[in-house]
Amino acid sequence: MIETIAQVQMPVDEKLSIRRQRLRADAKKDSGNRICIVTGIHGDELEGQYVCYETGRRILENPHYLTGTVDIYPALNPFGIDSVTRGIPAFDLDMNRIFPGRKDGDMNEYLAAEILHDMEGAGLCLDIHASNIYLTEIPQIRINELFKETLLPYAKLSNVDFIWVHGASTVLESTFAHSLNSRGVPTLVVEMGVGMRITKEYGDQLVDGIFSLMKEQGIWSGPVDRVRTPVVSERADDVCFLNAPVSGVFLKQKSHNSMVKKGECIGVIINPLTLEPACEIRAPESGLLFTIREYPIVDEGSLMGRIICNAPVVSSFL
Amino acid sequence: MKEQTVFEIKALYRDDFRVKGYTFGSGEKSLCIVGSLRGNENQQLYACSLLVQKLKKLEEEGRIAGGKEILVIPCANPYSMNIKKRFWSIDNTDINRMFPGYSEGETTQRIADGIFKNIKDYEYGIQFASFYMPGAFVPHVRIMKFMDYVEQAKEFGLPYVILHDVRPFDTTTLNYNWQVWETKAFSIYTTSTETIDKKSAGQAVEAVLNFMEKEKMIRYCGDEGYHSRVVDSSRMLTLRTKDAGFFECHVQPGERVEKGQLLARVLQPYDGACLSELLAPEDAVVAFLHNEAMTYADTAAFKLIMERADEIR
Ligand SMILES: [Zn+2]
Repeated sequence: MIETIAQVQMPVDEKLSIRRQRLRADAKKDSGNRICIVTGIHGDELEGQYVCYETGRRILENPHYLTGTVDIYPALNPFGIDSVTRGIPAFDLDMNRIFPGRKDGDMNEYLAAEILHDMEGAGLCLDIHASNIYLTEIPQIRINELFKETLLPYAKLSNVDFIWVHGASTVLESTFAHSLNSRGVPTLVVEMGVGMRITKEYGDQLVDGIFSLMKEQGIWSGPVDRVRTPVVSERADDVCFLNAPVSGVFLKQKSHNSMVKKGECIGVIINPLTLEPACEIRAPESGLLFTIREYPIVDEGSLMGRIICNAPVVSSFL
Repeated sequence: MKEQTVFEIKALYRDDFRVKGYTFGSGEKSLCIVGSLRGNENQQLYACSLLVQKLKKLEEEGRIAGGKEILVIPCANPYSMNIKKRFWSIDNTDINRMFPGYSEGETTQRIADGIFKNIKDYEYGIQFASFYMPGAFVPHVRIMKFMDYVEQAKEFGLPYVILHDVRPFDTTTLNYNWQVWETKAFSIYTTSTETIDKKSAGQAVEAVLNFMEKEKMIRYCGDEGYHSRVVDSSRMLTLRTKDAGFFECHVQPGERVEKGQLLARVLQPYDGACLSELLAPEDAVVAFLHNEAMTYADTAAFKLIMERADEIR
């Protein structure tokens, strides 16, 4: 059943609506539990589009296994998705910095408040992002250390390759996930693939994870695949960042999800105008390359990759 | 006046990215003024250029106090200004959400760091700021609530000193980090952002010079300015539009309005019918107004300073 959870009149003959698809078990079988699958806060991140569709498709294929409610929100920022814009068009505003919103606020604050309101009481929520247009990421879940105890057990059931527990920061308090976690709905932030594209393989992997979570939540009684064991990074120095030392054109030589050795070349930065010798980018530590730059143009400082350099955990992954 | 390059990055196909600073006087780091941080802040840059002119003249006339150094950085982001983009060219990040910066981080973190290193040790910091919503503001100086330098904020002689609450995203702004590093930080808001408003730019410059004179950084005899009224931003009344459509505004920023006065109408864009009127609920001064042709519903169209609101401090 499609329902509109919030609607705003635009100036010129259009309504902006946030809609969800609700798939619900027969009353006899309904455990009363609910999971929310959310994506499209960033309008140029599309990996979640396939995940929403595939999750719904598999449920409709075997509806008799459904024992709870699955709410699918494929587009929290419909104008952004329509206009290939990360933020909210016309406001130059990151929608993931306006939560929890306010019912009596402006249109964006109002939408944020209604969105949270609609999800209150759910047992679990997944907020699916796709890195951005510059970087490709292996399927991973990012957890604010404040919510680690609640979220880590769920994250381990999600069939992702990597779980990154990161430090708290004041700025992140205005994110969707932080707001929903603060209201008692465990919310996992998934990052995978790359902006503006869909990586079907990753989508299928995450959908398997969603079904394993649904099973755990008593929402799905059908068979589920065994999930993979993720690498977990809990210390800040587990992750090293590769930032461009010069501006230029980055050519990657390693792809994401590859193991690299300390000193190994990950890519080069070339200058097609000056034809200077290429600047080689070498791994500062051995580990798993979980982020790699996709968009070739770099300014000095641009992020080109990230490595999990926590060796023992990485070896258990292999 | 000494010109220096505060921060520099080599680019691939563009001229080097440079942030320039102008120093007046020498000695203890007394005051730093920063102009535009975003690509659309033409008014803020313009106000800085007027200030540089004035300070240059004052220096030539020997009116800058001995032992005081003043630094002006008119523009922290020439790249975005030149391509008429509000935020950073390649990744759309906002330099004013990157302070205090990080020298090993991403490009805009490096820019913030490069600038902040040079400006964090000043006793006073002034930013010519623009509001996060498009609109026109009555000229004012803004400081964070609970700071102990409200009296000094009055030295600008602007009509209002507005005290504002810190929101989560403020913690990465220049103003916030200045005061974390114990610089007394002020933001000066003029009427416009993208368009040049000569009168309010001139008023902002005059305000900075008044402040400098009172803090004994310069010898200057200007317009005395206003006896500032201190207003808590949370006590300003926000009037929101009920409908979306054309926004027909009937007042100016800074205007005194009477209870019941028509402030704006929202019109249906196809047939021109009046969808709703916004009326002043009390006698007030218009502090802020929405100034675009169209409005969404529930947009903060006006912020009003009530005549009866209790003065704090
Ligand atoms: Zn995202």
